[in-house]
Amino acid sequence: MKAIPRSLLMVDIAAFVLVLIASVMVFTYAPIEAVMGLVQKIFYFHVATAWLGMLSYLVALGAAVIYLVKKNPYWDLVEVSAIEIGLVFLLITVVTGAIWARPSWNTWWTWDPRLTTVTIMELVYAAYMMLRSGIEDPERRARFGAVYAIVGFLSVPLTFLSIRFFRTIHPVVIGSGDPNATGSFSMTPDMGITFAISLIAFTVLFISLLWHRIRIGQMAERVESLKLRLMQ
Amino acid sequence: MPIAPADTLNYMLGGYAVIFGVMAVYLVSFVVRWRNLREDEQTLEEVEAEEKAKK
Repeated sequence: MKAIPRSLLMVDIAAFVLVLIASVMVFTYAPIEAVMGLVQKIFYFHVATAWLGMLSYLVALGAAVIYLVKKNPYWDLVEVSAIEIGLVFLLITVVTGAIWARPSWNTWWTWDPRLTTVTIMELVYAAYMMLRSGIEDPERRARFGAVYAIVGFLSVPLTFLSIRFFRTIHPVVIGSGDPNATGSFSMTPDMGITFAISLIAFTVLFISLLWHRIRIGQMAERVESLKLRLMQ
Repeated sequence: MPIAPADTLNYMLGGYAVIFGVMAVYLVSFVVRWRNLREDEQTLEEVEAEEKAKK
């Protein structure tokens, strides 16, 4: 439990190397966008952090379902760990989006459907953390948390699809050929490769972070059980 | 005549400062939490050993 497992170390190294490669590619390989200039380079990690955030919530959904079926506290730990990671990375997405918006849209923030739904999603999961901290009984906390994580996940497809359902100024990246998409985004092959590497890098980073966060949770549980044993 | 891209270097630097800054803070929080829990675990194990020795 104490020493980092060799496999986790390998994932850590892979995540570090991939994020480093993605960073180098963003700054040296990917071309400068013709109109927006250098700020467009935010795009690679802005979307990658959004992907990581939504992947986290998807993992939390799966863990919540498994918890409700099996009642194994391990899955509750996976769920809360994934949601914590998702909150952090979607915060990065929102802030970098605002920074990108300032020179592109001439405003830091606008209540565009994508920006509104992503804010709602972030608040839904922030409320999940508050809900958990308000429940003392671990079994009840895990059950309520699992149900909340399942219901709260509705905000994820809503956010993802908002740029297709509503009129928006936010560009569509995945499936930009969709005629219903009101925004558009064209990438050169160099941009596409850099984008793909960034997505892979952040996916591996997610695995590494989730594994570490689960270990922290397990350690916290061990400390709690030691405390309880001493109090008896 | 081709138009030069907008000068948005500062925004790009700001964006990446946020990305790497928040990630660094989060990673530090992992290290701090782990270290604190390790310390708590060691202390509790020592107390437990002392309790056992008394009995």
